[in-house]
Amino acid sequence: MAIESSSWAIRSAWLLAKDLKSEFRTRYALNAILMFALTTLAVVSFSLGASSLSPKMAASLFWLVIFFSSMSGLAQVFVKEEESRTVNLLRLVATPGIVLCGKFLYNLALLLILEIVVVPVFAVLVNVPILNLWLFLSVLLVGSLGLASATTIIAAIISRARVKGALFAVLSFPILLPLLIAAIDGTYLSLQGEGFSACWSDLRLLISYAVVMFTASLLLFDFVWSE
Amino acid sequence: MISLQTKELGKWFGTRKIFDRLDLYLEEKGSLVVTGKNGSGKTTLLKILCGLLRPTKGEVLINFGERNLTRQESRNLLGLVMPDLELYGELTALENLLFLSRIRGLNLSRGELEMKIDQVGLAGREDDPVFSFSSGMKQRLKYALALLFDPRVLLLDEPTANLDEDGILLVDRIVSQQKERGILILATNEKADLKYGDRVIQLGN
Repeated sequence: MAIESSSWAIRSAWLLAKDLKSEFRTRYALNAILMFALTTLAVVSFSLGASSLSPKMAASLFWLVIFFSSMSGLAQVFVKEEESRTVNLLRLVATPGIVLCGKFLYNLALLLILEIVVVPVFAVLVNVPILNLWLFLSVLLVGSLGLASATTIIAAIISRARVKGALFAVLSFPILLPLLIAAIDGTYLSLQGEGFSACWSDLRLLISYAVVMFTASLLLFDFVWSE
Repeated sequence: MISLQTKELGKWFGTRKIFDRLDLYLEEKGSLVVTGKNGSGKTTLLKILCGLLRPTKGEVLINFGERNLTRQESRNLLGLVMPDLELYGELTALENLLFLSRIRGLNLSRGELEMKIDQVGLAGREDDPVFSFSSGMKQRLKYALALLFDPRVLLLDEPTANLDEDGILLVDRIVSQQKERGILILATNEKADLKYGDRVIQLGN
């Protein structure tokens, strides 16, 4: 039987659909990242009491919550395939490029679900008004693209390590530092009510980071994925 | 005409040699049984042949006519059944086959996939999650998956493991069909399985 050609985008979408279906049936990662985020925000809210955070502190706290919550869930994207011993099956049927794209889309979807829950809870509990909502959402979206790109390739690397433990957070931190600095600054400007022109350098850095990280991942992934 | 050849194939794990200088040549309608003690490298050899492991030295060549196929082209012609190959437990049998066929670029309908599941004796269980299957049923589903792509090269590791009498008859039928249309390589320690091959090699000597 001849293999019919369908685009890599459609095949990646099938991998995304499979991972989402598995996730909603097993709650392997989603529960972990949501519980981490909500618990952290609740603790901060209790400790703040009636006082409120400055916009700079609030922006830092917001990205810290996103960073550490994603660390607890996004690392599982390849570890789960290794632990359930389905990784060889995936290697047999899919090309490395399709696997990377599918897993990237899945991590991005998890991040967006996390953010849909965290943003309103953050706004209510931390009591910081978002004065430029569109800028806030733009920084969040572009930051998420970079975060998903970086965490996907790092997750692939650590899934091959014998001792995984805290390796994901340790390896991610230096790689994600430029993204976090730009994202915190952009979020701070949006909380201050600044316009897109004031934030353009941060947005440009975040877009460049996402493009560079995804391209580098595509080039490197075959070496990480193949035994 | 498809052919599979290994040249000076060798594999080490660290300093431990598994096998070395393994030269094989199989053409269409050829079959080979690989035997040997536990740890002699049977599964490792099959993994190298299907591209899941890289050899430490030597190479595997799969030719279609005069043309040497790339690693990815070769994989599209391969079918594999082995204990190391787990299916997605949280998906149903049908969802497993649907996902795996689509990600490989094959647009089979639900009816066609159900027929494949029927052929391995799992009719009526296509909508059950795979985690609820017995080990024998999982083995049957692995055969359905391997045959989904009408493989020109079929690699079987412990082909009758966990199967009942009907399952063993199913393997007999699959093996006979494969010997008519392509290459068959199987790794086993079962004496009864030796009959499946035209040639037998023993690893670990």
